[in-house]
Amino acid sequence: MDRPADPDGRQAIAELPVPHARHPAEPATAVAPGSDAGEPVAAGLDLAVGEVAEERISVASQWQLMWWRFRRHRLAMVATVIVACFYLGVIFTEFLAYAPPSASEAQRSLLPPQRIHWFDEGRFSPHVYGLTGQRDPLTLKRVYTPDPARKVPVRFFVPGFEYRFLGLFPASRHLFGVEDARPEETLFLLGTDEQGRDLWSRLMFASRTSLTIGLAGVALALVLGVLLGGVSGYYGGAIDTVIQRVIEILRSIPTIPLWMGLAAALPNDWSVIQVYFAITVIISLIGWTELARVVRGRFLSLREEEFVMAAELAGCSRPRIILSHMVPSFLSHIIAATTLAIPAMIISETSLSFLGLGLRPPAISWGVLLQQAQNIQALAISPWLLMSAVPVIVVIIAFNFMGDGLRDAADPYGH
Amino acid sequence: MVTYLVQRLILALLTVWAISVLAFVIIQLPPGDYITSYIAQMSASGGAVSEQEAEALRQEYGLDQPMLVQYLRWMKQVVQGRFGMALEWRRPVSEVIGDRLWLTMVVSIAAILLTWLLALPIGIYSAVRQYSPGDYLATFVGFIGLAVPSFMLALVLMYLGFRYFDMSIGGLFSDEFADAPWSLAKVWDLAKHLPLPALILGLAGTAQLIRIMRANLLDELRKPYVMTARARGVPERRVILKYPVRVALNPFASTIGYLLPYVVSGSIIVSLVLSLPTVGPLLLKALVAQDMFLAGTIVLLLGLLTVVGTFLSDLLLLWIDPRIRMEGKR
Repeated sequence: MDRPADPDGRQAIAELPVPHARHPAEPATAVAPGSDAGEPVAAGLDLAVGEVAEERISVASQWQLMWWRFRRHRLAMVATVIVACFYLGVIFTEFLAYAPPSASEAQRSLLPPQRIHWFDEGRFSPHVYGLTGQRDPLTLKRVYTPDPARKVPVRFFVPGFEYRFLGLFPASRHLFGVEDARPEETLFLLGTDEQGRDLWSRLMFASRTSLTIGLAGVALALVLGVLLGGVSGYYGGAIDTVIQRVIEILRSIPTIPLWMGLAAALPNDWSVIQVYFAITVIISLIGWTELARVVRGRFLSLREEEFVMAAELAGCSRPRIILSHMVPSFLSHIIAATTLAIPAMIISETSLSFLGLGLRPPAISWGVLLQQAQNIQALAISPWLLMSAVPVIVVIIAFNFMGDGLRDAADPYGH
Repeated sequence: MVTYLVQRLILALLTVWAISVLAFVIIQLPPGDYITSYIAQMSASGGAVSEQEAEALRQEYGLDQPMLVQYLRWMKQVVQGRFGMALEWRRPVSEVIGDRLWLTMVVSIAAILLTWLLALPIGIYSAVRQYSPGDYLATFVGFIGLAVPSFMLALVLMYLGFRYFDMSIGGLFSDEFADAPWSLAKVWDLAKHLPLPALILGLAGTAQLIRIMRANLLDELRKPYVMTARARGVPERRVILKYPVRVALNPFASTIGYLLPYVVSGSIIVSLVLSLPTVGPLLLKALVAQDMFLAGTIVLLLGLLTVVGTFLSDLLLLWIDPRIRMEGKR
């Protein structure tokens, strides 16, 4: 924090692990990744074991050290599992959904979530009650009454709508659903929206869109960030100054109005895929600055290292110095910074789509789903539509913890 | 110090210029112009606009000129303090924006003030009572604040307010003051409505600032001069508040720089959810209608005010931190 030489006080702040600065009081971990499974070294270890542990540490590769350190960060481990589950969900979207995302049923509009009854007379047999929908003559709102006599069994691995798994293999099995249902016997786990579309299934498809747009946006931002940050940090001088000023300018502009302007410029007749890529480009156009900053910082500090000088004296070419000497030693930092950039991308897409300027129906994303819950009237009538916010929040928190753990681990010799 | 100031000023001017170009280009990007959407609107409602009429309109608004000329025309007007016509409203842009711009700034500044107000004591507490339940609670709330986008927070709070407290939390004014001219009573009404939007907008920044404050203060507290002060019997409160807190306070000024764009940005979308009378809803409408002068002006003015705010925070930093002040004298 003490960087009096930095004329731009902001820079010092921005380079701090901002979201959640490390506990400076945490014990140095580089010497204590533990005897075996990365558990903290017990207090009364005898000398021999201590030496063995030390030896393991001194011969361990950097990635091994990182892994040991990362494992000690419980929350980060849990978060990683959650993130992994979500991305598994991206692969198995159609399997997890039980209704085609755009199938609508006017008879089932704004249906509240259906409760699953797990046991039937003591036997495990999940079912939901059949529903009769009627329009309230006064409020004109549809009212649904469950009928306990009509039990609709919920089965696992049921055949349902046809799809192509990974876009390749034709399949029709779904994790759960109702089999051979008549129209009035259906399952709506999280209820339906105004058009009577199943929220659970739509949420599955929305996750696919939003999570991949985060990855795609970060990939693009990474290319820009590494390229410009690398050039800036390695060459220094005038190029560095120009790139740094550009970054500063970009960062001092409120992003949402800018995004709104760019997104509003997308032609209305573009296909879903075109808009998807355009939005990815738009959010990464501004998201690269943080990554460029990290890369530049690493380049600046590594440039002074002995091993870089040694490589230079040995006559290595510049690309070789960068690619085989410098990049491996800051790759871990880039991975951590990238992980932390993904949630920002997801939020950007969600915000834009929420405003109606990002992805537009028939595309389905978290933002598009949340758009239906935009005003108090909608929330008052159908509060379950707010459920779409839950996966967004969970994923963002998980990514933040994961990135936090990665960042701590990226520097296994640090404190 | 002068060098530093000049540097910051040049950067600020550059930023303003970049924003003006960006604003203009963005507005120009969509195919067609306002007249095209006007014609579409008219024919949808049964009216018709003849070719000549359309041409005349285009000429009147200068839409037939090359882009560079249009930009220069616009900039000329901006410098003179006129922002052109809001095509859709058929009124000068400045009139349409009216109070909304100031209200946007009021909300944003309130959010930052609240951020400071909350982050300072909580940050100090977290550092002084490290690993206490209160510290953990602050950390936890901080994580939530960082992770949940402000508009979602607004949605959730709005629902909770409606469901459990039976009140609407939107708006910046009570009904009777919404269209009333400014008066003390109206300002008081505004002050009563401000805390919630300010809290929603400021939570993420507060979380960050608490972490920074905590980390900085922890670093300071371990320094020998603190121990010296304790050894000499200085009261604990004074030991902490007099020097370490002052040093750790540095980021408070510098955070405006990156907090302000963030908060202004957030205010746009939160305003839509909470129906605050800021420029947010206006900008969205203008963009949808391709009203280039209005949208461009809003983006430009938001950027401008943000840059001014950032510059002020630089001055503040200069005032607080002698290390920066002394730099030019070395």
